[in-house]
Amino acid sequence: MSCVVYKLGDDVSTDTLYPGRFMATVLPSETVQYAFADDGEFNARLQKKEIAPGSVITAGSNFGCGSSREQAASCLAGYGLVILAKSFARIFLQNAVNLGLKTLAVPDLEAEPGDELEIRNDRVINRRTGKEFPVLPLPPARQAVVDAGGLIPYTKKRLLEKAVSSH
Amino acid sequence: MGMTVAEKILARASGKTVVRPGDVVEPRVDLAMSHENAALVINQFQDIYKGTGLEPRVWDPDRIVIIFDHRVPAESSKTATNQKKIREFCAGQGIWHFHDIRGDEGGICHQILPEYGYVRPGQIVVGTDSHTTSHGALGALAMGIGATEMASVWTLGILLNLEVPATIQVAVTGRFQKFVGAKDLILHLIGKITAKGALFKVLEFHGPTVERMEVSGRLVLSNMSVEAGATAGIVPADDRTLDYLRKDAGVREPLKPVKPDPDADYDRLVEIHVDDLEPQIACPHTVDNVKGISQVEKTRIQQVVIGSCTNGRLDDLAVAASILKGRKVAKGTRLIVFPASSRIYRKAMERGYLRDLMESGAVIMNPGCGCCLGVHQGALGDGETALATTNRNFKGRMGNPNGDVYLCSPATAAASAVTGVITDPRQGGKS
Ligand code: SF4
Repeated sequence: MSCVVYKLGDDVSTDTLYPGRFMATVLPSETVQYAFADDGEFNARLQKKEIAPGSVITAGSNFGCGSSREQAASCLAGYGLVILAKSFARIFLQNAVNLGLKTLAVPDLEAEPGDELEIRNDRVINRRTGKEFPVLPLPPARQAVVDAGGLIPYTKKRLLEKAVSSH
Repeated sequence: MGMTVAEKILARASGKTVVRPGDVVEPRVDLAMSHENAALVINQFQDIYKGTGLEPRVWDPDRIVIIFDHRVPAESSKTATNQKKIREFCAGQGIWHFHDIRGDEGGICHQILPEYGYVRPGQIVVGTDSHTTSHGALGALAMGIGATEMASVWTLGILLNLEVPATIQVAVTGRFQKFVGAKDLILHLIGKITAKGALFKVLEFHGPTVERMEVSGRLVLSNMSVEAGATAGIVPADDRTLDYLRKDAGVREPLKPVKPDPDADYDRLVEIHVDDLEPQIACPHTVDNVKGISQVEKTRIQQVVIGSCTNGRLDDLAVAASILKGRKVAKGTRLIVFPASSRIYRKAMERGYLRDLMESGAVIMNPGCGCCLGVHQGALGDGETALATTNRNFKGRMGNPNGDVYLCSPATAAASAVTGVITDPRQGGKS
């Protein structure tokens, strides 16, 4: 069961998720502290570990718009957050898939902070209301990367195949 | 059914005769650009090789370009150490298309790539920067990717599992009024189709207005295409493109423009007529919150910024200088100018633009990203408002979540610097 801990609107930008002034920090172990850095209250809850891994942030359309900075995805992955949005910006979605941040496009989702959700591959069930909401499947191209455990293992596999075939 | 420019480029790079939107392809990459975030790319690149027993070598050092621009000169020891690490990596891997912090060849990545002739029509260009879409202005398919994706490109030289995007045709007709131009057009388009209007799609620009536009203006259109969510923004290459590449960028070898097929299959058509277009302003805190200038005139501003990969080019500085020459920046307003590259800086100096701007009260910064991304060189104070020729106005973008950023053209920025309030440049900077 996953609890909704935050509800956001449309067009949440990477400047909100990870402000540009912390871009010199690159290691995933260090980026976590700056997740939602300009949102003092939520940042404090994250840093104090008040939010359990698997907790859900819901959002409207175009989540993660703006910069290509990967820290915006790695810092959320570091807390084990799950993002349910109506839609995602392209580079952010790609980064999330590559880094193993769980993101699901659930266009019709109705959920409020505090609601418990059951997240299945094809739908999300809101325990409070009993309503079910379909999940849009990831395009097959991205699913392959998710199945491999992220882009690093996926590329590693391809690299080794290439090394073998060229010998 | 024919193909769009993006489809043709993807088909060629993937070794196919035809591709359609939704097809999964693995195109070969022609050019891979990174800036300071190469520090993260290097980490991920080394991670890929870990445990393989193979020596980490990039697939083709000649196809990688690295440019320091985001935080130059370094604003912190952390950045300086990252830059040092990248410098050493480039030397070790033989990456010699490397633009360090230098007054002769430095500048913003999206200006350096076209200016130095790295980009050619028909190429696949990827960059670890969302505004890599800029290079579509030269008829390439150019898109932003994350650092891990770039590490994968450095390893294999291909993009893994890319879906062919559909293309939206944008047809632009009419003639701009004086002091109205490419920036106003793209802001208007983003306002019209919204920040998600082109999500996962390519914008392809057509029409007589675009055909008459110089490459500098086309770069503005492609640069900001990503603000409508687009994967890429392409202006099909024509004689102007080739002229620019030969005369300005010094490209010698034969060039092959890629044109869309006459029966190309577009997702939809968006038409814009610019005869009556007034200067456009993107209001806080989203780029698609666009209004005609008449609706926001007289808004007080404390900081005016002219520069960035969108509008820090020579013609941008020229129009600003022409408006500010012999006049003064309003008291209580500061004007910060950062030319997009060292070459532009030098030309603007030779032509007297920098002198005119300085005498009006402007502070001229070194070429680079400056305060665009809110790291250094011009953060806003609490409750302050900026008017900028940059491309993003998200909360916190100029270094302070308690500040407001409005986006505009260089002409509007210059006219407003004189009055200290948002001012229509068509009125000659009088409020
Ligand atoms: S000028 Fe601004 S938008 Fe352009 S590359 Fe630099 S930080 Fe990004």
